[in-house]
Amino acid sequence: MTKLTLGPIAYHWSAETRRDFYARIADECPVDEVYLGEVICSKRAPFHEADLPETIERLGRAGKRVILSTLAEVMLKRERKATEDLAAMEDPEIEINNAAGLFARGRRPHRIGPFMNAYNETTIRWMAAQGATHVCLPSEMPAPAIAVAAHAARDLGLGVEVQVFGRVSLAVSARCYHARAHGRTKDNCQFVCEEDPDGMPLRTRDDLPILRVNGIQTLSESYLDLLPETPRLVADGVSHLRLMPQQVDMISVAQVFRDALDGQLPLAEADARLADLSEGAGLSNGFYHGKAGYRRIAMAASA
Amino acid sequence: MSLAELICPAGTPAALRTAVDAGADAVYCGFQDATNARNFPGLNFTPDELAASVAYAHERGTKVLLALNTYPPAGKVDLWRQAADTGARIGVDAFIVADMGVADYIARTHPQIRLHLSVQAAASSPEAIRYYCENFGVKRVVLPRILTIPEIRQIRKDIPCEIETFIFGNHGLMVEGRCSLTNYLTGQSTNMDGVCSPASDVNYLREADGSMSSQLAGFTIDRFGPDEKAGYPTICKGRYIAPHRPESYYAFEEPVSLNLSQLLPELIEAGVHAFKIEGRQRSKSYVRGVVRAFRAAVDDIRAGRQVNIADLVALTEGQKQTQGAFETKKWR
Amino acid sequence: MSITSETPIPRRPGESVVARLSCYAVQPILTRIVRRIAARHPSLFARLGPHQATDFLIDPQELPFALHLRPDPQDLVLRAVPRDAAPRAGATIRGRFMLLLEMIDAEQDGDAAFFSRDLEVSGNTEAVVRLRNALDDMDGSLAEETASMFGPPGRAILARLRRSYLDKTQTRENT
Repeated sequence: MTKLTLGPIAYHWSAETRRDFYARIADECPVDEVYLGEVICSKRAPFHEADLPETIERLGRAGKRVILSTLAEVMLKRERKATEDLAAMEDPEIEINNAAGLFARGRRPHRIGPFMNAYNETTIRWMAAQGATHVCLPSEMPAPAIAVAAHAARDLGLGVEVQVFGRVSLAVSARCYHARAHGRTKDNCQFVCEEDPDGMPLRTRDDLPILRVNGIQTLSESYLDLLPETPRLVADGVSHLRLMPQQVDMISVAQVFRDALDGQLPLAEADARLADLSEGAGLSNGFYHGKAGYRRIAMAASA
Repeated sequence: MSLAELICPAGTPAALRTAVDAGADAVYCGFQDATNARNFPGLNFTPDELAASVAYAHERGTKVLLALNTYPPAGKVDLWRQAADTGARIGVDAFIVADMGVADYIARTHPQIRLHLSVQAAASSPEAIRYYCENFGVKRVVLPRILTIPEIRQIRKDIPCEIETFIFGNHGLMVEGRCSLTNYLTGQSTNMDGVCSPASDVNYLREADGSMSSQLAGFTIDRFGPDEKAGYPTICKGRYIAPHRPESYYAFEEPVSLNLSQLLPELIEAGVHAFKIEGRQRSKSYVRGVVRAFRAAVDDIRAGRQVNIADLVALTEGQKQTQGAFETKKWR
Repeated sequence: MSITSETPIPRRPGESVVARLSCYAVQPILTRIVRRIAARHPSLFARLGPHQATDFLIDPQELPFALHLRPDPQDLVLRAVPRDAAPRAGATIRGRFMLLLEMIDAEQDGDAAFFSRDLEVSGNTEAVVRLRNALDDMDGSLAEETASMFGPPGRAILARLRRSYLDKTQTRENT
């Protein structure tokens, strides 16, 4: 059965918000697996890592499999240390997002995160030989490449994951763009990113929304929505569908995906409901169709 | 003291000969397809052109490095393999790679040819670099343009391979090899297609008052007043409006050019083996001017002479320049 | 393809007549130039790719006419056209004559010229980039080569053009 997963929170949500969020995920949300941990900014980790053991335990009790994700960018001493510490863990599983994590993990089992650029079957084969058990494909991959990669990965016994909901990570940088917007530097950011729990909107000079800033990360303005494409993703061998946490009712988002996957809800109706739940955010699926990522390609194309 | 090789860009055979004649120790270039990260219209080499160019360079003691530094999407890996085989047959001196599958293929199929790790692999820690060295026998890493000199010095102590750093040219902002901004707006991918803000999607809109908008795929990346210098609409160098910046600002970076001429001695002292000049998409005149100036500077440093900084600074005349991350981490 | 609004060029009375006469006078020379370049630099066309069939309008502002270029190896066109009778072009490049010439000869960096707005590009930007890269791959100087075709008088004209360009540039920079 196709599994629904909840990706790691990309934004700087407060410890309290996170606690409440994961309590509800544990109690009410029809996702099978939950990724925890700070992926974007190592400065944020101290705010919520103390709660991790309890969150892991809580989600586990609710029957969710928990995976810890490592940082996407590893440069500073504290980032290298955080990556090494996670790589040393036996339980829970870890998802690696930087080659520094692969180095530390050696051949012990691990998942490959979306920042690892597992674009093709030879790279996936290499990773599997090094102990990878699961791979999350890069979000910009088009359908034909996803199909080839997924088939190859499944043949090797790997789980294959694709993001199907939420803003898409488009870039990371050494510079913090949140701090920059406020005339600060990364070292003196005063955690101003906490003001934007769904990212800081950037508009063009002729006033069109275009991108979102989240610390060192740049995200899509639109939410990715591959709900109409789920039958084809599943047919092509994708085993896990990832929902990225946004500032919307994620419980209902997950429910819509679950019902659609189970055939309880017609795709068109499910997709309309998802549009409502997204509260005005544009929905897009261009990458999947080999088009500009921000574009929304009509459902008829994949039905 | 390290050798401080000068690694120079070539977008065409004529530019390659220009770089060789101007004193490059090595020239880097790519084929006319998605296998390299400067897959720009009208640029790069056919296999025949590369063969002739390698012969020209080798006769003059210059090395040729072939960039195969993009990420093959599943189902298209053969194009990268064939490019590696062609490069090996022609006798290039090294491959510059980013994808693990491509690195693994070359390490097994053409073990006699050096592997350099592209900046597109985004290896910015000793552990990440060692991963590629130990698994694929990488001999040199091109460091991301995001590290300070003390950080480079520290990395040098912890890795078993040579270091190459960018010293001049377009100043990359985003972690390279992890950027889908172009694909988000245009449908062409930097990682898979080697495309960045493609000319085919560029439009300059002139207004009646003499101001101008630069657009990419219909999105306004910047606007310029009648007397303002206009820039190419690269997404990460545009001006945008944010809630706290209603007047619009360079949200990511000003359109500046990297120029580390004043830091060359320090970089050599930190253990950098090779200096890379960016600009395969630039003209012969750029290649000639920049390579000549840096050739003289490196020779002066090697001979213990004072470097003529003025010549190097003049290279970016009229354009803003920066030492980026190299000088201070306040840049972050 | 994209078309931008273009700045209208001020016309002087009688310019159209002058332009037509100049075009008539210069055409045989242009035909010779373009045939010679095509014969000596065949690899140029490959770099143009799909834009061999694109109509380029090269507009040297201080000359009485513009140049229409279609770099199709099967049917090569380089002709002088009065501005008011210029064909609808896929791409237009406008700038001072010597700047255009020096860019072709890689004495000037096209990027730098454009950033300083000495050069105006409109229409299909990819076509212009391809043309620039194709011309940049030519060894030697197109201007010298062309001037040499006409012997010492040709070289003298080129030298005079260069001087006047430098004078104008300096005047401009001093004001």
